[in-house]
Amino acid sequence: MDRKIRVVVAKPGLDGHDRGAKVIARALRDAGMEVIYTGLRQTPEQIVDTALQEDADVIALSILSGAHNHLFPRVTELLAEKGVDDILVFGGGVIPEEDIPFLKSKGIAEIFGPGTPTQVTVDFIKTNVKRK
Amino acid sequence: MSDKEELRKARDAWDEKTAKAMARFPERKAKFVTGSDAPVNRLYTPLDLSDQDYIKDLGMPGEFPFTRGVQSTMYRGRLWTMRQYAGFGTAEESNARYRYLLAQGQTGLSVAFDLPTQIGYDSDHALAAGEVGKVGVAIDSLEDMETLFSSIPLDKVSTSMTINAPAAVLLAMYIAVAEKQGVPAKALEGTIQNDILKEYVARGTYIFPPEPSMRLITDIFAYCSAEVPNWNTISISGYHIREAGATAVQEVAFTLADGIAYVDAAIKAGLDVDEFGPRLSFFFNAHNDLFEEVAKFRAARRVWAHIMRDRFHAKNPKSLMLRFHTQTGGSTLTAQQPKNNVVRVAIQALAAVLGGTQSLHTNSMDEALALPSEESVKLALRTQQILAYESGIAETVDPLAGSYYVESLTSSIEKGVNAYLDRIDAMGGAVKAIEQGFIQQEIQDSAYAWQMDMERGDRVVVGLNKFQAKEEPPKGLLRVDPLVGERQIAKLKALKARRDNAAVDAALARLKVAAQGTDNLMPPILDAVKAYGTLGEICDVLRGVFGEYSPSVMF
Repeated sequence: MDRKIRVVVAKPGLDGHDRGAKVIARALRDAGMEVIYTGLRQTPEQIVDTALQEDADVIALSILSGAHNHLFPRVTELLAEKGVDDILVFGGGVIPEEDIPFLKSKGIAEIFGPGTPTQVTVDFIKTNVKRK
Repeated sequence: MSDKEELRKARDAWDEKTAKAMARFPERKAKFVTGSDAPVNRLYTPLDLSDQDYIKDLGMPGEFPFTRGVQSTMYRGRLWTMRQYAGFGTAEESNARYRYLLAQGQTGLSVAFDLPTQIGYDSDHALAAGEVGKVGVAIDSLEDMETLFSSIPLDKVSTSMTINAPAAVLLAMYIAVAEKQGVPAKALEGTIQNDILKEYVARGTYIFPPEPSMRLITDIFAYCSAEVPNWNTISISGYHIREAGATAVQEVAFTLADGIAYVDAAIKAGLDVDEFGPRLSFFFNAHNDLFEEVAKFRAARRVWAHIMRDRFHAKNPKSLMLRFHTQTGGSTLTAQQPKNNVVRVAIQALAAVLGGTQSLHTNSMDEALALPSEESVKLALRTQQILAYESGIAETVDPLAGSYYVESLTSSIEKGVNAYLDRIDAMGGAVKAIEQGFIQQEIQDSAYAWQMDMERGDRVVVGLNKFQAKEEPPKGLLRVDPLVGERQIAKLKALKARRDNAAVDAALARLKVAAQGTDNLMPPILDAVKAYGTLGEICDVLRGVFGEYSPSVMF
């Protein structure tokens, strides 16, 4: 039997808005994935550690506080420092369109804004997960 | 035949006739529900209100159970306070925004703090990196607070501060700034949010565990009732509970359950319910379902009045009045076709005013995208001014009273709220229900159900899942200067070099002793603030004594 896709849903930074993260976590679980939700106030270091410990295939980041340009790239940098290149990292939240090219250049595979249907996220993961 | 029998007969005949017509012209949907998924009937008549007793259930405005409002003349006497939540970047930038808003006719201030401030970290803390000045203004010390209110006379404005875990510290700073302006604490008017319980369930800016947090709150109640008597010592908030996905009934139920927990804690701390009861205030959301929202506010007042009178035996009429601030629903705004949000906000603001709010924040159309620009904030404020001065809704008290539909909804919300309160009482109260994850689970279930309804198309959000359009990304969004963090850190460093560090250490040592004992914490916090001890230093002392809250993670 195929291994289930393992996803760490994470809230980096101090932002407490986790409605979206929790809805996504549940939708991914309902779509048959293994989901680990980190809870609030995670440092990039903690998120990467959790992902490695949990043998995650995917890290899904959520920020609504505006700290994305600082915190999202830290996650991909830390993964690169550890030589990990097969974890899919993407993000969501209140993120201005003009920040997306920068985030993508830092290895964030996609940014989903408010109003994205959960099915879009599910399909995105299934199509883009690096470990098969 | 009595009027009621006659009416019933007419109703039955109408039902029969309508059913026949519907066989040929069916209704748009099989099931009609409110924005919170409560069933909506085809028609409401006096039959739906047959158990309503006007005097007992509605009463006169300004009289028990305050269903019709807390003042006898409502907006004929004085309009609601127009209070836009604002703050970003440094104290200098936020001070400029406040002065702009006051110049545009805003009547009260509402301070947004950044996340490090809300969680009791100075701007140079490792966890503050990237967050300084982002969702609100960064305040590290009394010096920043002096800048924030520079040229704003604190005896002339009322100020609401969205601050919870470190509310005592920010209140102390406000008192200290006022003192420097020559304004005595007794003349200050305003509100601190100071509602930790909803932070655990919905908003996330907690620091300490529940027990010491409740002590800080009751210390503030006690201190203010003697020293800052016109201050609203808490704003018991359903806003964030609703934003997290709760229904209208859950919003009111969980908020009032939290309210009961605060009153219980204060009584246990030896305070008299009629001393602090009049200074309790509330904060609710306004979503799109106009009638349900109006009914929600009316039901909340009625339920709270009964709780204060029957459960806590409050005697002072002011203790029985649920006074509240409203903010329109951030989660109802769409990033798609953002101009549509102007219309949503207008409907929500209408609901708040028809529901009898004491103050109102109208969201700006660009808030699903970024912090609001000056232009969009002005439009949001103008929306309130049009409602106040042009729409006519402020000219009589509680104009929707007596609507068969609104009164039915008010009663059904009241019933739903009371059913939740019974369940929470059976669990041992709100603190226990939160510790068991009950409240969080209920909110999450509603949030998920809403999302799935929307994705199936059962719930239409214009521009999002229907009537979509291709559009250019909006321009002119507000961006917080990325150098704010560095500027704050430099200011902090300069302050620490300049101030009397021995005096700070001594004040912090006294605070520690007080925290370990049972003395009211406000006086030592005020001393530490006046010595220019920083927010982070003060909260670190309290963290050392109280420990930190660790939430259970669930989804």
